[in-house]
Amino acid sequence: MLGLELDPDKVAVFAGIGCSGRISNYLNYSTVHCAHGRALPFATGAKVADPELKIIVVMGDGDCAAIGGNHLIHAARRNVDLTAVVFNNSIYGMTGGQKSPSTHVGDRSTTSPFGNSEPAFDLCELARAAGATYVARGTSWAYRQLVQLIAGGLVHEGFSFIEAMAICNTYYGRFNLTADSAEFLRLQKEHAVAVDKFDVDGPRLRDLYPVGVIHHVERPAYSDVFSDMRQKAGGRGGG
Amino acid sequence: MPQPRKLVQGNEAVAEGAIAAGARFFAGYPITPSTEIAEILSRRMPEVGGSFLQMEDEIASMGAVIGASLAGVKALTATSGPGFSLMQELIGYAAMAQVPCVIVDVMRGGPSTGLPTDPSQGDVMQSRWGTHGEHSMIVLVPSTVLECFTLTVDAFNLSEQYRTPVIVLSDAMVGHMREAVALRVEDLRLARRGEPDCDPDEYDTVVSTLDHILPRPDLGSRFRVHATGLVYNRRSGAVDTSDPEVAADLGLYLREKIYHHRDAIVRVEEVGTEDAEIGLFAYGSVARSARAAMKAARKKGVRVGLLRPITLWPFPTGAVDRMAEHVETIIVPEMNIRQMAWEVQAAVAGRAKVVDLGRVDGRLITPAQIEELIDREVDHLRAR
Repeated sequence: MLGLELDPDKVAVFAGIGCSGRISNYLNYSTVHCAHGRALPFATGAKVADPELKIIVVMGDGDCAAIGGNHLIHAARRNVDLTAVVFNNSIYGMTGGQKSPSTHVGDRSTTSPFGNSEPAFDLCELARAAGATYVARGTSWAYRQLVQLIAGGLVHEGFSFIEAMAICNTYYGRFNLTADSAEFLRLQKEHAVAVDKFDVDGPRLRDLYPVGVIHHVERPAYSDVFSDMRQKAGGRGGG
Repeated sequence: MPQPRKLVQGNEAVAEGAIAAGARFFAGYPITPSTEIAEILSRRMPEVGGSFLQMEDEIASMGAVIGASLAGVKALTATSGPGFSLMQELIGYAAMAQVPCVIVDVMRGGPSTGLPTDPSQGDVMQSRWGTHGEHSMIVLVPSTVLECFTLTVDAFNLSEQYRTPVIVLSDAMVGHMREAVALRVEDLRLARRGEPDCDPDEYDTVVSTLDHILPRPDLGSRFRVHATGLVYNRRSGAVDTSDPEVAADLGLYLREKIYHHRDAIVRVEEVGTEDAEIGLFAYGSVARSARAAMKAARKKGVRVGLLRPITLWPFPTGAVDRMAEHVETIIVPEMNIRQMAWEVQAAVAGRAKVVDLGRVDGRLITPAQIEELIDREVDHLRAR
């Protein structure tokens, strides 16, 4: 359908810990269910060791931006050739609804009962600033667009970062917006603004956020740079 | 062609041992006194077609090593003190998911930043029990520059054979010491990473036994690999955290796959132990002082024997057992406070007196210190 022509034997999916990590049980690819926050270092090692692998990394927002935040910026800086997908539901769902670095100021969670006193990361801006060469955001509501955005990341050579705005009606929605999942999805439709129509000086994130390909540049991927350096050092190619 | 002897540093010997063992991936983070291993491998790995990654911290280093090993490449990291502490969670992952890899810890004084440039043996218990939960660990302790080379090779072989992380526990003194050695690569026995000898469709239903541990198939091979840090069913590979029988089966297997092979894994050096009345239990750099003290005591006519664990974990219970049968006293000099002495005492079980000699000031335990203690214990024995 997407014309990606992935060789299933060469695909490896690395997942973090959290609701998003469950994906490692659902896919008929080789999967590595990593430790919390560490999916990107695992994937970086695998990609550098075997550049033929097609690597997809799936993380949650707490996983990727809190405990794994340092790994995110360094994987982006290196431009490791992999596709990172963050399921951002603005909360720690698996542990029962604690605030995350994607929870907005004032939002309630089981660890911000009086409203969150911290601002949220804009994960796409963070990834772009750190050096990611393909950055996109989509929603569960517009899932066809999200599929295309992820496919774009898979085709891109370098570090591609896709923020998938997910809904956690069980905790985040119930505490802040709505416990009704269909209603929550409809709210995503209202909040998502096409990137070319988005007012960068207007209200951000909680109420409105840009969707689509936010950033796309070409820069040599880490494996290629390392491979060139290895050849200069006189070593044989490959991993 | 025989290699000529040359002056080699312990850390350099570790790096060359890794290359000789077939390791083609290193990830690490600079930290004294292990840094030379990273520096040398940043040059050597690309030269031999391998990869070198300087990661953002030691947690990431250990993660990258696991990822590389899952992709089919023998991989190692090297660190010291605080970095070793940071790696513990993922060392546990490697034990749980049965990922072969080698971790070199060049011990320095601690806790915390401690004595960054001074030797210590303060990590001997951390090397065994540092990660949370029940697990087994293989830990090798080099005492010479040559052993830094050979034990690094052995560590890779053991990790492949038993599908488990293996720790090479060096220290600032052994790591920074230089000795004239020939690093012979032609007669090394090397473990190879094979594929399981079954059809990919059958893989999930084929289970490793204690005597037949299947190789781990690589990512990118024709097998579907599912690695996880969660409890999984050893027979189906499926994650299953709700069945106590599944958890017990895996937990006991992870322990027994090491302990069942204890006789093959555990190695010690015994010198003068046959007729000894006083035994020395010493490992790593301290074993060098212990050997000198033993020789000096023997010249004075005191029958002293040295038991030097080369494998520190699993603990060489059998060798301590043999020693406890005929010596009166066992002296345990170590650059920590009683960490292994307790273990020796447990194995001795009252059959001999166990005397500890600890030091945590970043200075080496000297032969004179040990001789003094031998003399004192001899006096006690003669006075009885």
